[in-house]
Amino acid sequence: MKAPETLKYTATHEWVKTEGDGTVTVGITDHAQEALGDIVFLELPKVGAKGAAGEQIAVIESVKAASDIYFPVAGEVVAINEALTTTPEQVNADAFAAWMFKIKPDNAGDVDKLMSAADYAVSAS
Amino acid sequence: MTAPAPLKQTPLNAIHRAAGARMVDFGGWDMPVNYGSQIEEHHAVRTDAGMFDVSHMQVVDFHGARVREFLTRALANNVAKLKVPGKALYSCLLNEQGTVIDDLIAYYFTEDFFRLVVNAGTAEKDVAWFNALNAQWGTGLTITPRKDFAMIAVQGPKAREKVWAVLANIRKGTEEMKPFNGFLTDDGGMVARTGYTGEDGFEIVVPATSVEALWNQLVAAGVRPCGLGARDTLRLEAGMNLYGQDMDETVNPLDAGLAWTVDLQSDRDFVGKAALKAKPATQQFIGLILQEKGGVLRAHQEVLTPAGKGEITSGTFSPSMQQSIALARIPLGVAPGAIVQVVIRDKQLAAKVVNLPFVRHGKVLAS
Repeated sequence: MKAPETLKYTATHEWVKTEGDGTVTVGITDHAQEALGDIVFLELPKVGAKGAAGEQIAVIESVKAASDIYFPVAGEVVAINEALTTTPEQVNADAFAAWMFKIKPDNAGDVDKLMSAADYAVSAS
Repeated sequence: MTAPAPLKQTPLNAIHRAAGARMVDFGGWDMPVNYGSQIEEHHAVRTDAGMFDVSHMQVVDFHGARVREFLTRALANNVAKLKVPGKALYSCLLNEQGTVIDDLIAYYFTEDFFRLVVNAGTAEKDVAWFNALNAQWGTGLTITPRKDFAMIAVQGPKAREKVWAVLANIRKGTEEMKPFNGFLTDDGGMVARTGYTGEDGFEIVVPATSVEALWNQLVAAGVRPCGLGARDTLRLEAGMNLYGQDMDETVNPLDAGLAWTVDLQSDRDFVGKAALKAKPATQQFIGLILQEKGGVLRAHQEVLTPAGKGEITSGTFSPSMQQSIALARIPLGVAPGAIVQVVIRDKQLAAKVVNLPFVRHGKVLAS
């Protein structure tokens, strides 16, 4: 399974990248895009949206099905990848490059509690 | 708790897996949903040639002197329309309540031999129903589900050419064959000019033992393997009903856009006719095109119209139109061109009512 070791993961198939500025970048995993199939719609949150870990934050739809995307950790949305909503097929092309939003976590330590690539590989299989 | 029954497999199962197909449980069958991009598979059928393993569908042979009489009473459409050997007819199979047990295609070959092709998930129920009617009516037919057959649907503007490149021996018998006709082959199988995509093509019934070789030869001839995902977007664009989704035993065919297949005019009696006569259509079956961004139309979403509420029965994103489209049952009196609202999650989004189909023979007809 493709899952870079430099990233953290959730059981709901988000990947989380720790940036140097105290924010994290979030997308969905390659495993998730493959399961969804051809992606045709993405609805991103508004900058400033706040939520708890596990709370719904975005919606992604493929030809086959609709699926929710969740806050990987509690925090506030500080940026969104607006361009991706017009080219959602980029998620199929390269799920780990197609970032969706950035969050400023309420507690920086929460990210460390997420799954490693190895744990995710077990969880998703 | 009992363990779930193992999924049934077609004779092409190993081929699909070797080709890297994503497999899903489709009505108890382990079937390919795609081999990569479902949208690319869709376009292959609209512009060139693609093929589907439809071996899960059931061929049922009806032999006996009274077969035409039997089907005249058993089917909602009228087999009297089948006058030329090979001619095919789409029909619903109704129960006494006038709701839909299945939809099927009936082929007429001789006065003592008709062949039906029925859906996978309903096949056992259908055969039991036919056997019961045969016993009740004393029609003395031999009704045989052909478990020894497999079936490949080859579809697209170049489908027939590519089939002939592989099956040179059937070219003579099928070159002049009109759409919605079938041709019996020497091995007992059949080549029919039918399909479920809105494109030209053949549905090829062959002995299960030879289907793998045929599939591989068709791949070599440039026919692209396509999964059930593309099959669904193609049939939806073509405005074709899917049994179990757009109609079932809770739905009257007159409410499901199938009035054209039900013959209520002639004196002929058939199972379900009295119920249909007593209960005229209350809804219409139409197409919807989403007019704004905000999601994808899906089955069971609510449709709000000035005449009352309706429901989407099938919805998807149309690869040919690059818009979300749906089939829906809505109240009578909403005209094509009307704008209605569809409830998607917490939003109401505008959708336009259109006549079906959306797409036929590679061309977008609805907008």
